[in-house]
Amino acid sequence: MNPVGVVTQVNGREIARSVPARMTLVEFLRDELGLTGTKVSCELQVCGVCTVLVDRKPVSSCAFLAVDIDGREVTTIEGVASDGKLHPIQQAFIDHFALQCGFCTPGFVMMAVALLEEVPQPTPEQVVSYLEGNICRCTGYRSILEAVLDAADRLERASP
Amino acid sequence: MYPRNFEYVAVESIDEAVEALSSSEFAKVMSGGMSLIPMMKLRLLSPETVVDIGRVGGLDQITDNGDHVSIGGLVRHRDIAVSELVPQALRQAASWTGDPQVRNRGTTCGAVAHADLAADQTAAVLALGATMVVQGPSGTREVLADDWFVDTMTSALEPDEILTEIRIPQRAGGTAYDKLGRRGGHTDYAVAGVAAWVAKDNGSISDCRIALTGVGSKPTLASGAVEALIGTDGSESAIADAAARATEDVTVLEDLYGSEEYKAHLAGVYVKRAVTQALAAAG
Amino acid sequence: MRGSILGAAVKRAEDPRFVRGEGRYIDDMRVEGAVWMACVRSPLAHGRITSIDIDEASRAPGVIGVYTGTDFGAYRMPIPAVGAHESTARPIIASDVVRFAGELVAVVVAESREAASDAASLVWPEFDSLPVVVDPRRAAGQDAPLLFPEAGSNVVVSGGDESEDDPVSGAEVVIGLELENQRVAAIPLEPNNALAIPDDAGNLELWVGTQSVHLARNRIFKTLGLDRDRLRVRVPDMGGGFGAKISPYPEQILCAAIALELGRPVRWQEDRIENLAAMSHGRAQFHKVRLGATAEGRITGLDWNVIADGGAYPLEGAVLAGYTRRMAAGPYDIPAIRFRWRGVVTNTAPTDAYRGAGRPEATMTLERLMDLLAVELDLDPVEIRQRNFITEFPMTTAVGERYDSGAYSDALDLARDLVGYDELRTEQKRRREGNDRFQIGIGVSSYVEVTAPDGRKEWGAVEVTPDEVVVYSGASSHGQGHETTFTQLVADVLGVERDRIRFVQGDTASIAHGGGTMGSRSMQLAGSAVVGAGESVIEKARRIAAHVSEAAVEDIVMLDNGTIGVAGVPDSGRSLFQLAEIAADPANLPDGEEPGLGADHTWVQEAATIPFGTHISVVELDTETGDVRLIRHAACDDCGVIFNRMIVDGQVHGGVAQGAGQALLERVVYDDAGNLQNANLTTYLMPTATNLPLIQIDHTVTPTDQNVLGAKGIGEAGTIGSGPAVVNAVHDAMAPFGVRHLDMPLTSARVWAAIS
Repeated sequence: MNPVGVVTQVNGREIARSVPARMTLVEFLRDELGLTGTKVSCELQVCGVCTVLVDRKPVSSCAFLAVDIDGREVTTIEGVASDGKLHPIQQAFIDHFALQCGFCTPGFVMMAVALLEEVPQPTPEQVVSYLEGNICRCTGYRSILEAVLDAADRLERASP
Repeated sequence: MYPRNFEYVAVESIDEAVEALSSSEFAKVMSGGMSLIPMMKLRLLSPETVVDIGRVGGLDQITDNGDHVSIGGLVRHRDIAVSELVPQALRQAASWTGDPQVRNRGTTCGAVAHADLAADQTAAVLALGATMVVQGPSGTREVLADDWFVDTMTSALEPDEILTEIRIPQRAGGTAYDKLGRRGGHTDYAVAGVAAWVAKDNGSISDCRIALTGVGSKPTLASGAVEALIGTDGSESAIADAAARATEDVTVLEDLYGSEEYKAHLAGVYVKRAVTQALAAAG
Repeated sequence: MRGSILGAAVKRAEDPRFVRGEGRYIDDMRVEGAVWMACVRSPLAHGRITSIDIDEASRAPGVIGVYTGTDFGAYRMPIPAVGAHESTARPIIASDVVRFAGELVAVVVAESREAASDAASLVWPEFDSLPVVVDPRRAAGQDAPLLFPEAGSNVVVSGGDESEDDPVSGAEVVIGLELENQRVAAIPLEPNNALAIPDDAGNLELWVGTQSVHLARNRIFKTLGLDRDRLRVRVPDMGGGFGAKISPYPEQILCAAIALELGRPVRWQEDRIENLAAMSHGRAQFHKVRLGATAEGRITGLDWNVIADGGAYPLEGAVLAGYTRRMAAGPYDIPAIRFRWRGVVTNTAPTDAYRGAGRPEATMTLERLMDLLAVELDLDPVEIRQRNFITEFPMTTAVGERYDSGAYSDALDLARDLVGYDELRTEQKRRREGNDRFQIGIGVSSYVEVTAPDGRKEWGAVEVTPDEVVVYSGASSHGQGHETTFTQLVADVLGVERDRIRFVQGDTASIAHGGGTMGSRSMQLAGSAVVGAGESVIEKARRIAAHVSEAAVEDIVMLDNGTIGVAGVPDSGRSLFQLAEIAADPANLPDGEEPGLGADHTWVQEAATIPFGTHISVVELDTETGDVRLIRHAACDDCGVIFNRMIVDGQVHGGVAQGAGQALLERVVYDDAGNLQNANLTTYLMPTATNLPLIQIDHTVTPTDQNVLGAKGIGEAGTIGSGPAVVNAVHDAMAPFGVRHLDMPLTSARVWAAIS
């Protein structure tokens, strides 16, 4: 089958590639670009592990065709820290022990980034509801909830 | 999990999409891809061509057209969930569809075209008496919601047609959707869900529509319940009578999440809850 | 122990890489020239292979080889279920008969993962179908079709007490119960995988997601008849295991075998559907039990029968009921116990350990019995437990288990206070009297756990170089945070900063011995081992310091400034790193001292430690729909001395999620023909954030005498304690409806059917 050309921005970097139609975004990120921070788990867009932002909105990259990112902007876990400095959300995940095996963590961090862009000061209920599509098998979720709420406060304090 | 190889066609207009559909042995339309891509990965569907309408301009609008609200083919669940133009039943159904990742991509028209037997918005669209506008090789046609849902994952849409718009009539009265999700509460697909539209006149229910999802092979109108309710004052006992007739018009099917008996019971419970909420909204 | 950082909630050393997406799991590794393996699995639960057409697949683009039982079917894995007939040994690929849907019948190796996967769909196996048996109770019967005719029975292993005396006879009150502890899936978020890298000399470096590289190496070299020293097994970061990654899998062994045959790196990554079909499942026990008690509610005896569903091949799952037996007394003083179990094969995926591995099953049944006894005698669930707790330690139970230490009542009292038990009962009464649509239920579960028994051991080593300290451990962290806690322990023993310590695990080439991480053993065994190694390093450092200072060893101490030198002479101190530099040169050393400043240590724990605790759950039941929401959960666990509270609490949180998941949502469903009905995460329902409540955690601390740390296990306690608390809470909520017992998962459908 004929490969299709895509031009996209990934973590601020312009990328032009030719990809097979059936390639998913997560394969594109991991195999074509070597961005292995985004993990794969359920492969049917129900576990949230592969979440990335497309045009700043969280999507499951396992159910998103790579060809469909043409002209769009993608942010992955590798694009969250800036200048080597952890994003406050990442730091809050560490401080609240919001991860154990780490496999679901990139997806949760991406969801938290998107949520706090959308709702800077969410209620606990809003956080829980926003994270309903992300599965963690290790933490029992409470520490993740605490991390996101704390990150919201940190971001608010940091902003002028 | 890999889909079989396919030809990808990104179109810029619906005309172009219809042409692409017509020129392939087996083509599928992709709007958000939230149902299509998983099915292709599972190889339950292996189209030769995927026609991506995601970049067609002008389809992402919710418009107030006076007698109806028009929902464009690319309006996503997340936009429906917060739109003040959209009746409450559909808003609620959209807000409980999938998860945030799905709601960011999936489209209402896509969900209605896909016609999953446990989807949420299908019931709302049916209860609201919507009209589907489809475009095919011979132009556009309109299909009433009552005629739209044919069977499990089968709608009245022909293989070379595209659902480009859903028209929700603007009617007086209140609407609501409620369900029990597979993971409890409102989470996940509906074990059973009910959407209702209720209009009142001089203290009595002058008209209503009630639709079930999750209990049969397709979203279905609960005519018995409607019959029981029209002309009543919408009292608790009138609603209970309607709830008792919830599944008169549907063959209830068991699945992993509930027996026939349980689903039939839930249909009654949610008829009660949806009608009660719709009545409250009707004022 | 001195040292300020022990017991503190020290942040994890491993986390910055994880939050940046820099964790490195097997699928993240890039290896030049690697080819991919894809699996062809049996669609049939039981059948005889008549032919496998591989022609089309062999000609497909990129395909290097297609392999079937003809090639590798003779390789059979060691049987972990001791006593099972030799014919039950699992082949690494079916050659004759398939015994569960999902069993390997062929593999395709190709230049890319897509090519291998595409070609796998072009392999056409054909079968003569054989009769299927899915329910182990039926499989254990006389007329059931046999999976292994040579074994003569589907009951492939059995054990327990042989006494003819009924332990319940003469009891004033007898409570009977039949209970299914349903089959569930572990679902580590990283599915199974392997990467096998051969070299020209016939050595193989095998990366596998495993909880024990040494166990994997041993099973694999034995299966393939390899020279043990030519096989190096490694694990990088791993996305969860939960018991399902203790034993190596046929696919991983095939990867190794094919890599050796092709002389090229071979990799395999299962997808989630394969994972649900072929990764070992857990639990799957059927219990039939009678409990005898006095009219005052004192237990007099317990008669317990278990049928354990081992699935298609007897792995650990067939024998884990032996552990269920060891926990049969729970925290209670039970004078007489007769416990008999049978491990049965069925046409389903094999079962193996899953968080708790045989032990949650004991607690679930026992705690259901306690509540049924309380109902029978009209006693509060708290009271019935208090009346029966063991109070004297050490003691040995009727099944012969030695309990080291405990204060069971304290943990129960703490949990009760934490959750506000009395207020909840008042609220419950109010709702019951008001006939509210939403009823609440309060569930109590007191448990013990048997961890690291029978002389279990672990190896650790500490090596000081002039630049750093390296800690080696035979345990294998995959979320447990050993990099943090073990370096905390060693930092404390050596008096060095944690950032000077590097942690090494999960590699048979650099770790001499190892048991791995499972069974809540790591802190007590591996922690004790690295502490022992650290202490030996200090002893050696003192000997070297004495030698170079020309002082007596007895006069060498750790000085206030953290250096090692002559007592009372601060200037005489040398850092460990300086001493390591000195120790590198044999000329600097006393006679008989080996160069280098390192030591290893194998910690052997004589007998089990017995953690314990009480969990209390609160659920809200919508009586119209049967929908149950877990709204509160309090956990008071006692794992002896705690070294990192944050990590300990994290284990409890996660454990509670898994216990609650099994109680309310999770189950693996096969139909009567052995078809898996929910082989993906859309249909296999796991708890998400919306399903879990505020979890309140506290601890009592009762040290053990069984290890130098005073620590007991904590990894599985959350699961063991929580499940029965949730289940009892749901039953408590259903009490006004006269429901005696319902099996898990307590879905809305089941609950409604019971209360309607």
